[in-house]
Amino acid sequence: MKLSGSYQINLDKEKVWDALNDPEILKQSIPGCDEFIKNSDTNFSAKATNKIGPFNASFSGDIELQNLKPPHSYKITGSGNSPVGFAQGEADVKLEDSNGGTKLIYSVDAQVGGKIAQVGSRLIDMTAKKMADIFFGKFSELISRETPGVEKNESKPAEKNKKTQSEKKHIYVIAGIIAVSAAIVWFFLN
Amino acid sequence: MASLVGSRVERKEDKRFLTGKGRYTSDINLANQTYAIFVRSPHARAKIKKLDISKAQKSSGVVSILTGSEIAEDKIGGLIAGWAIRSEDGTEMKCPANPPLAKDIVNFVGDPVAVVIAESLEEAKVAAEKVSVDYKVLKAVTSTADAMDGDTIHEGIDKNLCFDWLLGDRQKVKEAFEKADKVISIDIINNRLIPNAMEPRACLADYNSASEEITLYTTSQNPHLSRLIMSAFGNVSPEHKLRVVAPDVGGGFGSKINVYNEDIVCSWAAKKINRAIKWVAERSESFLTDIHGRDHVTHAELAVTNDGKFLGFKNETIANLGAYARVFGTVTPTYLFGPCATGVYEIPAAYSNVKAVFTNTAPVDAYRGAGRPEATYTIERLVEKASMELGIDKTELRMKNFPTAFPFKQTLVHTVDSGDYVAGMEKAKQMADYNGYEARRKDSESRGKLRGIGVSSYFEACGIAPSAAVMSLGCGVGLWESAEVRFNPTGQVTVYTGSHSHGQSHQTTFAQIAADELGVPIENIDIVHGDTDKGTFGMGTYGSRSLTVGGIAIVNACKKIVEKGKRVTAKMLEASPEDVEFKDGEFIVAKSNKKKTIGEIAFACYLPGVRDEMKSPLPEGEEPGLKETAFFDPSNFSFPAGTHIAEVEIDPETGEVKLEKYTACDDFGRIINPMIVEGQVHGGLAQGIGQALYENAEYDETGQLMTGSYMDYTMPRADNFPEFNIGYTCTHATTNPLGVKGCGEAGAIAAPPTVMNAVIDALGGQEITMPATAEKVWKACKNLKKSNSKAA
Repeated sequence: MKLSGSYQINLDKEKVWDALNDPEILKQSIPGCDEFIKNSDTNFSAKATNKIGPFNASFSGDIELQNLKPPHSYKITGSGNSPVGFAQGEADVKLEDSNGGTKLIYSVDAQVGGKIAQVGSRLIDMTAKKMADIFFGKFSELISRETPGVEKNESKPAEKNKKTQSEKKHIYVIAGIIAVSAAIVWFFLN
Repeated sequence: MASLVGSRVERKEDKRFLTGKGRYTSDINLANQTYAIFVRSPHARAKIKKLDISKAQKSSGVVSILTGSEIAEDKIGGLIAGWAIRSEDGTEMKCPANPPLAKDIVNFVGDPVAVVIAESLEEAKVAAEKVSVDYKVLKAVTSTADAMDGDTIHEGIDKNLCFDWLLGDRQKVKEAFEKADKVISIDIINNRLIPNAMEPRACLADYNSASEEITLYTTSQNPHLSRLIMSAFGNVSPEHKLRVVAPDVGGGFGSKINVYNEDIVCSWAAKKINRAIKWVAERSESFLTDIHGRDHVTHAELAVTNDGKFLGFKNETIANLGAYARVFGTVTPTYLFGPCATGVYEIPAAYSNVKAVFTNTAPVDAYRGAGRPEATYTIERLVEKASMELGIDKTELRMKNFPTAFPFKQTLVHTVDSGDYVAGMEKAKQMADYNGYEARRKDSESRGKLRGIGVSSYFEACGIAPSAAVMSLGCGVGLWESAEVRFNPTGQVTVYTGSHSHGQSHQTTFAQIAADELGVPIENIDIVHGDTDKGTFGMGTYGSRSLTVGGIAIVNACKKIVEKGKRVTAKMLEASPEDVEFKDGEFIVAKSNKKKTIGEIAFACYLPGVRDEMKSPLPEGEEPGLKETAFFDPSNFSFPAGTHIAEVEIDPETGEVKLEKYTACDDFGRIINPMIVEGQVHGGLAQGIGQALYENAEYDETGQLMTGSYMDYTMPRADNFPEFNIGYTCTHATTNPLGVKGCGEAGAIAAPPTVMNAVIDALGGQEITMPATAEKVWKACKNLKKSNSKAA
């Protein structure tokens, strides 16, 4: 599964970068996150439980950050396992100055397998939409709260009115993979 | 007494099935039974680095957890390929070991690595989720066409090639092609299918520690064969200590021929834990682990003259075996496919070359039609294309190349004993109102729709099969069948057949045959099958063989009963056995009014004495009792044939294909019960049309099954079909006393090319692959519009 897309956040690059590297913000933003441990600056492990179609999937996974160029870009590789299947993949994440804020650009190459792929592949889109809404809502709320002067809900999907439906959908699909694998969640948002 | 053969006797089994009194494997429960859940690989290809059961073992209710290591320690054998195929270069096929539980390496998603046995199903499920397996994931090979270029899946099997098989003469074909005016060539894919029997697989294994006997209830099409394989190759138990019972089974279509991992593991484990173990597949497990069908990539060519005579045929096919070669896995794409690929035509030179490859997908094996649907699709798509390119009517072109005399020595292997293909074609055309098609096409056109008509003529080799012939071709067993006919002293009859009914209506059809042979009312005849403790031996049901092989064994056993009856009658009525005639249940002494009913004879055979007289009704040396056994080994395959015609209407705006008319005119030889045959034809057509228009099993490039539920795997539904127009021609088979040929697979064999020929006809000859989904058809409609506007 190959996906890419972007997201506009109305904060400067450094602040977004910091937030994306803050385990506490991520833990609170990721739907169903039970545990998020920073093993080192570039290695994390996490657990999350989410309902995907018929499954109540409890994923545990490892994430590795590579090619770090703060606050511009990095690559994330990771894998997550659950009794109902696995997810693995890598994502390139870039932050760019844009319209006085930051544009987060991602491209992901991910695989899911096991029961999730067999029965759930059709459900990923729907679940993803829900998860993405929860994540972005929570993430912007948290950044806003921790960044004085930035109002709640100020961050919103990039060029909301100009983007096509399918481009918007990409974000949801991405976040859907997040839902499938707690591991991959952090890719887009880290 | 009127003959029952040929009449629409209502199914004796229907009362049971329609009132919920069927008894399927999952209906059976034993005291103190445990429940098994299999831990399966989520990866298509991976090494097992570590398998940790410690956490799972502590889970509530767990009785035992067994893995590939234990099964290897106990020297339990794996699953096997039943036919040894030799490559063109003379080398034997190469097959990997297929342990019932994978120990070091997994080769498809669903490959079992451990079994968790617990007191309840829920506890088994919870514990199974706690089994932790550490995999080193390897690159999977999933594409049929590219399998030979992929990583080597099984050590020592280069290019993932099981065999490279040839049937026919390449040189003769080359010469024939040199003489051709035109060569028609085609590249086709025979899409992968999942059988989807209504009843998922299940088994219940019980062990009696006193008698040391294992009883396995399982969803099998051939319990004796399962017992043989599990004893001889699985090393589960000696044959006399293993009883296999296949009770009511809800459909098989070939998917329940195989002994599966779960049968072996549960039988072995039941003995190990000294408890009964029950396993019932969930539907998602069925999708992943039942054998799949078809999956061929074919390039075929037909050499023709300008006036439409066929000169030569070549068929180059890559057949996907999946991860492992199973019971009929290797014969399905070879001897069941190659010979039939020349179709119903006289073609002087032909060859079929098949490369069978291993991939990281579920094993592929016999599925309704097994090889013959693929063969018929190849030749009938090619002939249809030839008719378009030569500008000769599709029915005329076919008839021009039909054999004119029988027996018909087909180019590759078979000698077809009887048939009349021209009569079948003429009748089909009449039934389908072929000549009125143009008016219907114009009517569709006036409504903005595209209409197409497709024809296919087929023959198939079934009633498998002569033992000497099949064993000479690599089959591991003979394919005869047995029957036992047993009279009770009071005159009712029990017939044991080694063939198995899982939808075929043996209880009715076989009882009709026995009723006619013995002159006993049908309600006094019981058909028994599916239990290795109840009958001598049986090879089971597949390849449309129940009637043509199993049914004849019943006829022969009945004839032996009648012979004995004649001897006993002669003694009782003081006549000579040659003067005794048997008719409608009565033994009559010629030129006299002296007679005995078969009931009286049965009584006399079991109670051979008379009050106050020292006298036996039995001739000297004659054993008491009335029971006979027969084994029937056919002298040839049987060859049903026919012509089917389909008409489709396509909405170019949506690409939706509507099957408007379907006509099937088949020659099944003598028909025992027309109602049951219609049911078989309907079922076969549903599956064949399903392949053409709806069904498709698809793996992604990492080997994940993308069509693993009914949300993604489209099964045909009743409202997808028109009312089927079914008719017959009849030439009797000459190789069996009933003249029967078999009808179980014909629909699934003939329908895919018939429907696709119609779709492609509507699309102006544009090739599309099966299934003809709305998306593919819509795109083709767009192309058609473009080329039409260019032409204009």
